[in-house]
Amino acid sequence: MSKESKDVLYGLFDDEQILLNAVDRANDSHLDIMDVYTPFPVHGLDPKLGLAESRLHIAGFVYGAIGTLTAFLFMTWVFTRDWPIIFGGKPYWSVPAFIPITFELTVLFASIGMVVSFYTVCGMAPGITNPTLDDRITDDKFCIAFDVTGADEAAKDKLKDFFSQSGASEVNMKTI
Amino acid sequence: MSAVVSQIREPLIQGGKTYHQITEDIVSPTERAPGLAWVVAFIISVSALAVYVFCVAWTIWVGIGSWNLNRTIGWGWDITNFVWWIGIGHAGTLISAILLLFRQKWRTGVNRAAEAMTIFAVMCAGQFPLIHMGRLWLGFFIFPYPNTRGPLWVNFNSPLLWDVFAISTYFTVSLLFWYTGLVPDFATVRDRAKGLRRKIYNFLSFGWTGAAKHWQRFEALSLVLAGLSTPLVLSVHTIVSFDFATSVIPGWHTTIFPPYFVAGAIFSGFAMVQTLMVITRKVLKLEQYVTLAHIESMNKVILVTGTIVGVAYLTELFIAWYSGYLYEQFAFANRVLGPYWWSYVGMMSCNVLSPQIFWWKKMRRSIFVTFVMSIFVNIGMWFERFVIIATTLARDYLPSSWSYYTPTWVEIGLFIGTLGLFFTLYLIFARTAPVVAVAEVKAILKSAGDQYTGPDAHAHEAAHKAKAH
Repeated sequence: MSKESKDVLYGLFDDEQILLNAVDRANDSHLDIMDVYTPFPVHGLDPKLGLAESRLHIAGFVYGAIGTLTAFLFMTWVFTRDWPIIFGGKPYWSVPAFIPITFELTVLFASIGMVVSFYTVCGMAPGITNPTLDDRITDDKFCIAFDVTGADEAAKDKLKDFFSQSGASEVNMKTI
Repeated sequence: MSAVVSQIREPLIQGGKTYHQITEDIVSPTERAPGLAWVVAFIISVSALAVYVFCVAWTIWVGIGSWNLNRTIGWGWDITNFVWWIGIGHAGTLISAILLLFRQKWRTGVNRAAEAMTIFAVMCAGQFPLIHMGRLWLGFFIFPYPNTRGPLWVNFNSPLLWDVFAISTYFTVSLLFWYTGLVPDFATVRDRAKGLRRKIYNFLSFGWTGAAKHWQRFEALSLVLAGLSTPLVLSVHTIVSFDFATSVIPGWHTTIFPPYFVAGAIFSGFAMVQTLMVITRKVLKLEQYVTLAHIESMNKVILVTGTIVGVAYLTELFIAWYSGYLYEQFAFANRVLGPYWWSYVGMMSCNVLSPQIFWWKKMRRSIFVTFVMSIFVNIGMWFERFVIIATTLARDYLPSSWSYYTPTWVEIGLFIGTLGLFFTLYLIFARTAPVVAVAEVKAILKSAGDQYTGPDAHAHEAAHKAKAH
């Protein structure tokens, strides 16, 4: 999300298998892939790109725990400190009756927290326009992109060679 | 999710699709002008919605006295409709969450529409407790907020309040789950569009690019949301059943209610999914994505849950007799033979007897039988809630307060009106969003579609050729 524009050299592939082979080839020739864009999640791609597992689920656990505590402690405070009322001869602190709401708020906090975190870390929000390389990436093309800002012609030629050898159906430049 | 299913399974995507064709088939209905069938359906739905608005206005203006509820029967069509809609609203999250955890790939064909249906059904359900309050403008009293009356808090020990939390949580989480799944597909629509249409879908797609890391997070999020939604969907109807089960009314005060209600909810939810999908796949020409295999799978779920519900009905009768408790015995004798015997007959025949037709494979794979059955189940499940609510209340402890209840035109109008609200929303959805999850279908094309490339792919191809000959 940097403000400066980048020169990007990207190749489009027709199939996820060709893409995976191309990523292997790029790794073998020590090319520095900027990013890979696909129309659907391609399995087996993350380890090849060296992407660490997402920590979103840890965040989800934390949000859920906050929800659990919020619900349980709040109900405890209301019925034992703030305004104790006897319902049906039960104790003020009637824990079993607190379980349903505690559960619901755990789920609610975890879900909202995770979804908000997801969009925040991905740099997404309603109305945001992130630069895209090609309109067909959300349709049927698989894209490998290299950042070639300030690179010399020799380096670009090397990348173009890589694309032609690894079966790219198209190679383009775009400044984003 | 790309684990290979089996080379002998029926393909879930037919017609030798390429990725581009999948996009084309599913997204193009949102780009065309709607057909005549859609326009007619939309006019009818909006008219029914207008009836709803009128009846709500009437209820608020005249008061709850415009309904036929009385001292004995305090819950009639309103709560019946509420439970009916909430039950229908269970299939979407069940399909998208529980079937995701169980790795059932056929969910990809129907999950989007089913989740949309869930959200719309929960919106309809939520109307009834609110207008039932009579003084709608005081509806915010149900939330625990710091107020100037003490603060006097809501009763956290009451199942009715648990319901408030369960349903609002369920609605929120279903909406988040559904919308997050829609974002990559909205990006697909955006990238095909021009001008204003592109601006709108750009807004809706939140700036999705399809980067590898984003997909990884997207899948992590989907999995955890599915894991959270699974107990959630079970909890919602459990808590709805607590509204009855924690009371001391014979016929309501039973421990069988939570599993019985949850099974009934799945049953009626799948029936409504069938009603909608049978029409949607035909009108939008999606037969190769929502195949007979999908319909058959859902019919199996209907058969199983319908039978569970049947066992629950019989268990109730048996336990009433076996308990030796006079009031419980009377409550059930009254259900079967009392003044509302016809609703019990409707419930038994629509919910228990008629689904047994699905033991035959030919019937499970018949579009006509599926559609008729789905309507039967919708009717039967409405009767079930009416039997539980109105029939039970009509015969009180004191014979002097026994009563009979028929709805007024306002109550009927409210029910028809929520159908209008539901179908209006569904029809708008079917024209503006991809009704099948495009990215998810693409992701299973090579593991569960007819483009199978897993182990023994050649044997698979040969087997299919052999079948074709």
